[in-house]
Amino acid sequence: MNFLLFLGVKVALLLAIVLTAALVTIYVELKAGSHMQTRIGPYYAGGKWGWAQPLADGAKFLQKEDLAPAKADRTVFGFAPYVVMMSSLAIFAVIPLHGSFVATRLDLGVFFILAISSLSVLGVLMAGWSSANKYSLIGGLRAAAQLIAYELPLVLAVVAVVIQAGTMSLVGIVEAQQATLFTINGIAISLPYILTGQVVGFIIFMVASIAELSRIPFDMPIAESELTMGYLTEYSGIRFSMFFLGEYASMVGLSAIAATLYLGGYGVPFLPQSMEAFAGPAVLLLKVSALVFFIIWIRWTWPRLREDQLQSMAWRWLIPISLLNIAVIGVFKVVL
Amino acid sequence: MTSRELMHRSEVAVSVELETPNMTLNIGPQHPSTHGVLRLIATVDGERITSLEPVIGYMHRGYEKLAEVRTYAQITTLVNRIDWVSGFANEVPFILGVERLMKVEAPERAQWIRLILSELFRISSHLVFMSSYPLELGATTPLMYVLREREYILELIEGLTGGRFHPNFNRVGGIKPNYGGGSQSKKQSMDLPAGFFKSTIEAMDRMNKICDDIDILVTGNELFKARTVDIGVIPAEKALEFGLSGPNLRASGIAYDLRKIENYLPYDQLDFNVISRPGGDCFDRYMVRLEEIRESVKIVRQAIDIIPSGPLQAKVPRILKVPRGQVYSRAENPKGEFGYYIVSEGGKMPYRLKIRSTSFSNLSILSWVLKDQLIPDLVAIMGSLDFVLGDVDR
Repeated sequence: MNFLLFLGVKVALLLAIVLTAALVTIYVELKAGSHMQTRIGPYYAGGKWGWAQPLADGAKFLQKEDLAPAKADRTVFGFAPYVVMMSSLAIFAVIPLHGSFVATRLDLGVFFILAISSLSVLGVLMAGWSSANKYSLIGGLRAAAQLIAYELPLVLAVVAVVIQAGTMSLVGIVEAQQATLFTINGIAISLPYILTGQVVGFIIFMVASIAELSRIPFDMPIAESELTMGYLTEYSGIRFSMFFLGEYASMVGLSAIAATLYLGGYGVPFLPQSMEAFAGPAVLLLKVSALVFFIIWIRWTWPRLREDQLQSMAWRWLIPISLLNIAVIGVFKVVL
Repeated sequence: MTSRELMHRSEVAVSVELETPNMTLNIGPQHPSTHGVLRLIATVDGERITSLEPVIGYMHRGYEKLAEVRTYAQITTLVNRIDWVSGFANEVPFILGVERLMKVEAPERAQWIRLILSELFRISSHLVFMSSYPLELGATTPLMYVLREREYILELIEGLTGGRFHPNFNRVGGIKPNYGGGSQSKKQSMDLPAGFFKSTIEAMDRMNKICDDIDILVTGNELFKARTVDIGVIPAEKALEFGLSGPNLRASGIAYDLRKIENYLPYDQLDFNVISRPGGDCFDRYMVRLEEIRESVKIVRQAIDIIPSGPLQAKVPRILKVPRGQVYSRAENPKGEFGYYIVSEGGKMPYRLKIRSTSFSNLSILSWVLKDQLIPDLVAIMGSLDFVLGDVDR
């Protein structure tokens, strides 16, 4: 009973945090994107700055009829959004907001994330296949091809971090980044991994995550000028909004992972451990926001690549480079 | 199992191929990248197009037939709706043809104003391309920047003609007599609104600036180049075979421009270059248009320096009656050669009007150039041909 109650509280808290984060990200995308395009963006909803626009959109989606094409495989069609949503929510279960503030303390946290985040493509493929629409099918297949191409560099980039930290637990990786590297005048200096040899890994991780999120410049599964809306073409109402929320939730999720793995997570340099309980989550939020903004910025700046160009980039460049990265990190780990 | 057997088995396993029968993909008539209501029936093998058949006519409005029951003055209203992003440029060849049949010539100032307006519409049309082409490749931001600048051109056009898209500004033997140019007496009031040239020069400065901005944001972008360079190559002889004209032809290395060839408006007094590039790919078609904006800016600037004062309208009878005869009159539309074949049996209305619209001819290469291309390249190539469906279907 106690366990169930505890679980319920955890899930409710996690849902609240994740959905809020996703809504805020949607708002930032609307507003920041508008300003980058010399537009104003949401303005009226909520009274000031249009802050309630994502909520209003959500309310609108709720009222819409839940349509499915006549020839669609209804079970799969209805189930696909849940798969996508589930995989993007489950990432957050292991992300530590603070050393003792994490929903599930998994020793294999990194492994869990990599496994669960690739599940979303299963949902996308289900959506594309069951929609009984050729554009959806092409979109779904593109998403699958993209996953195969980009899961590998993503995993390989993370492997380098795991080698350097010597643990697969996310809390452990953050703590490893807080280890004192050297001291200057008695002040212990610790640096996040991006400054201690993981720059290449970080870049690969970010490129691969954008591809996994299928956002511009890698949004070929959606590619509205080619495939109308890809696997989302036939979705409407609440199911569409679940895909939509899921996309933004995993955007926050992957940014949080990148922040944890490469930017020191909740750790703050020069801060005594006692202060960290308060500053930790805020610092993590700051790092995540910076990464999310970066992803949004890219989306509003660049055109889209072609599927085969993406494949050749992944197989010819990113995978060899990430293998090399692992080798170099491994050598340094052994030597130092 | 011997090793020979094993080898044999593996060979068998390799030689079995998955059967991927061709899929028919119906693109359009409602599709984001078909610029309106073009329908393409594509047979695709995976993402590669094995054959493609364009289906046109969804926007046929029957202008050629309508023109047979309209007076010549009314037809200018129709023709600037053919290619709506370059409305005035469609009027020019028609009105020149009628003038040739009637043996009237517009006064010099009117000719120059026609020239300036044609170039303004060329800039406007090319800016529409500059905004929509990156959008088709997934870059949403250039659209906003470029359309904002185009607004300055549209405001100029609106200030002069009263309409943003459909100026209907040409009259046989001149241009539309205008409002308020100083004194209220009828003769003097027939001139352009005050300050038009000044604000045009200012707008031209903005156009040069937005061209530089486009260069930074789009032209130099590696991803944009990856999507356009060596994509959809049209060799010069193929371009001629399919009757391409305008920037699409010039991007294939043929410097063919009616402004230099056909002696129609006082273009011969101006110093400008015909932009042509040798490659024939999407990137070259894009670059030709970008450079043409700069050339048009040069033309407008020179024209404003040269433009003489004088009347805007030649003497023509109140009721236009065009003598018997026929004429083919053509001009360089922003999208290419635009022509009218006018047959007059005498009277107020033409007996027959054949419209040689640019986009229709430019579109005819579609099935050839899209064969064996990928679906993403379909969007890139189709966008680079820069057609307007109203111009295709008429």
